[in-house]
Amino acid sequence: MVYLTRKAEFAASHYYHNPDFSPEENRRIFGKCNNPNGHGHNYTLEVTVKGEVDPRSGFVVDLKQLKDILHREVLDAMDHRFLNKEVPEFANRIPTTENLAIVIWQRLAPKMKAAQLHRVRVYETPDLFVDFYGEA
Amino acid sequence: MKAHLTRRYRFSASHRLHSEEMSAEENASTYGKCNNPYGHGHNYALEVTVSGPVDEATGMVCNLTDLDGFVQREIVERFDIQNLNMLPEFARTVPTTENLCTAIYDILRRGFTHAHLEKVRMEETMMNSFEFAGGEIRE
Repeated sequence: MVYLTRKAEFAASHYYHNPDFSPEENRRIFGKCNNPNGHGHNYTLEVTVKGEVDPRSGFVVDLKQLKDILHREVLDAMDHRFLNKEVPEFANRIPTTENLAIVIWQRLAPKMKAAQLHRVRVYETPDLFVDFYGEA
Repeated sequence: MKAHLTRRYRFSASHRLHSEEMSAEENASTYGKCNNPYGHGHNYALEVTVSGPVDEATGMVCNLTDLDGFVQREIVERFDIQNLNMLPEFARTVPTTENLCTAIYDILRRGFTHAHLEKVRMEETMMNSFEFAGGEIRE
């Protein structure tokens, strides 16, 4: 089993708000992130896949195909977007880094062919990242 | 759904690697330049990884304010710009980065209750790093 990691970057804005909370609760729990006008980050995405090395190609996965999937499923949908308003999954889900990692996993997992998705890591800043391994 | 969240912090501190159980020669040969009696310092980077189910109402494993507040209060404010050898954690152990890692893990495991502690990772320099994910520590 060999693990391969591909990086990608995207910039997006978001804000944290739960309509079930009172305005005071939203401010207390989400702090500055509750500003409805949003704020942004340069996200770094690391996608790790695993699989056996194909004896003919020497690849775990065709990187070109993986890159295309990342572009289509993640970057085209999220780069330079307001996550709350423009990514359907976040219509009813708060676009925290945790949920971003989960949504990216859910978008990528069904598209994987030869290799298996192992980990989605999303850096919100260089000092904060979330790992999701597809665990229930 | 379960996710892992990692937060990175920084502090600077000095230390001297010296064991009372070793002779002067043994200390010098074991710790080399790090045995200098005047000590020396590092800019440490600390990575704390916690895990847990992502709360549906908040979208969070734990509120970053709680984690940042705890680490700032219990670790950064106590260790930053200090001589590690003078801290109670290192009264009986040598303040190697291995021991620093386990001491910080212990502080988090005992005091931080908002999410499950997975791992503590310390960078002493850009060239070496240490990880501790729990388990028995030989005293």
